[in-house]
Amino acid sequence: MSEILTKSRARNVFYGGSLFFVVVFVAMTAHSHRFIVNKSTAGMELTDEVRQGKHVWERHSCINCHTLHGEGAYFAPEVGNVMTRWGVLDDPEGAYEMLDGWMKSQPSGVEGRRQMPFFDLTEEETKALSEFLRWADQTDTQNWPPNDAG
Amino acid sequence: MKYQSQKVAYAYFMVAMGLFAIQVLGGLLAGWIYVWPNTLSELLPFNIVRMLHTNALVVWLLLGFFGAAYYLIPEESERELFSVKLAYIQLAILVVGTLGAVGSYLVGIHGGREFLEQPLWVKFGILVAAVIFLVNISLTVLAGRKTAITNILLMGLWLLSLLWIFAFINPDNLSLDKMYWWFVVHLWVEATWELVMAAILGYLMLKLTGVDREVVEKWLYVIVALALFSGILGTGHHFFWIGTPGYWQWIGSIFSTLEVIPFFAMMSFAFVMVWKGRKNHPNKAALLWSLGASTVAFFGAGVWGFLHTLHGVNYYTHGTQITAAHGHLAFYGAYVAMNLAMFTYAMPQLRNRDPYNQVLNMASFWLMTGGMAFMTFVLTFAGTIQTHMQRIVGEYFMDVQDQLGLFFLMRLGSGVVVVLGALLFIYATVVVRREVIKPGPAAVAGE
Repeated sequence: MSEILTKSRARNVFYGGSLFFVVVFVAMTAHSHRFIVNKSTAGMELTDEVRQGKHVWERHSCINCHTLHGEGAYFAPEVGNVMTRWGVLDDPEGAYEMLDGWMKSQPSGVEGRRQMPFFDLTEEETKALSEFLRWADQTDTQNWPPNDAG
Repeated sequence: MKYQSQKVAYAYFMVAMGLFAIQVLGGLLAGWIYVWPNTLSELLPFNIVRMLHTNALVVWLLLGFFGAAYYLIPEESERELFSVKLAYIQLAILVVGTLGAVGSYLVGIHGGREFLEQPLWVKFGILVAAVIFLVNISLTVLAGRKTAITNILLMGLWLLSLLWIFAFINPDNLSLDKMYWWFVVHLWVEATWELVMAAILGYLMLKLTGVDREVVEKWLYVIVALALFSGILGTGHHFFWIGTPGYWQWIGSIFSTLEVIPFFAMMSFAFVMVWKGRKNHPNKAALLWSLGASTVAFFGAGVWGFLHTLHGVNYYTHGTQITAAHGHLAFYGAYVAMNLAMFTYAMPQLRNRDPYNQVLNMASFWLMTGGMAFMTFVLTFAGTIQTHMQRIVGEYFMDVQDQLGLFFLMRLGSGVVVVLGALLFIYATVVVRREVIKPGPAAVAGE
């Protein structure tokens, strides 16, 4: 064993093999990039409003309580399918009204219940956020999550 | 300590331990909020607490890696560091950046990509610090003796710094954002950081066991080859449900299953080296941490990772407390414990004294490891129940969470033990005392 596998051989296998896997990985992510843009997220246009909604989502760091497509913190519900759960996926007006009502009623202040902070959003920001969540919900996520509970 | 410039590691380790204390206290508060959710809910909401917890962890682990590199590279390269001054400037930038990030989080200024919440100027500061660091160590290594340990360490540190570029790239398309976000997050902890970890482990084995360098270095290349061959395409296990193509389900399942192998190899490597080595090094605590780190990494990153990595399983467990269980034990075993092994080994030498307080240090190992193991079990049970009730039965998130209260209470309890262990470790490492318990006489053959 020690004669077949010398240190320099082990090193060469490491460098050569790693390079091979990097090339394969880069090729596959390039394909995935195109797939995302042209197929999986093409169900709804990526408008300026959706972009603005993403920034609202980021500025308030929603990800550190909620999950979005299963990623994030595990303290608060999944929101990748929240518009489906609320039954307003194809109803921009209804989506805005639901979200606006929800945001304005926080924090609940109920003792022993997890508290969502109050975020002072303008009407435009809330609208953008609800469009962003509708946009995220229409992504082809290989049928994840398994049910509406998220 | 053979070289004067190794001393810079001391400052890095001290700052790292300070942040370690902040990290575990932040974790304790987050665990408290799970049990008593009204605590500080308007003053310091959960999202900010978690940000402090995760960011402090990542920064102190990196500071530990930087310090470890500054400590071991002069010995490996057989020369002083290129510049001590640059090393202190780098540390100053990182400290200012860290304080700036903490300050802005507390007043509500932060980004919204998980773990990459730092304000843009802090991200640039980290980039500048990384460049200074790479220049400093690369010039040292290039001018001196080249070993497999420095090769692998440098490669890991260069690649992880290059991947930091993706922290600046935030596409408007959420699915693209998520895909490139993993270039930092996954390719750090499941590829490049493993190179750093293996290099540090190899160095410690060389010093603690006295096994021949040729043997250590050959196996080191085998281990890091296994890590990258599995870890790079293993990124696919994050590309199951974020809008990426379906073929990642098979690629991700297969290659991330193989990710168990390098962790098993690292654990075997550590035990075989200790078994074969004949050096009786006085720093028993460093040996315990080295063996402990590679063992807990195998369970946390390897076994608990495999537990939910097959796409058929992950479809149901994705984003539940199972993920939290795995995350905690993996980070603790692979990176926290390996850093603490290095601190335990290097601190006595940096302070030019014998390794004192070893019994306290070893007690802190068992407190922290026991606490983390218990936390992992508890969260695994909580996650199993959550998976069934939420993903199979279809009950709503909060209704399920309300029924997991007992597990979150036990998690808080195990968190208290971890915090005590962490504080005990810092005390044992930083506060100079005589050894409280005298070691027995040299070993004699048993009957």
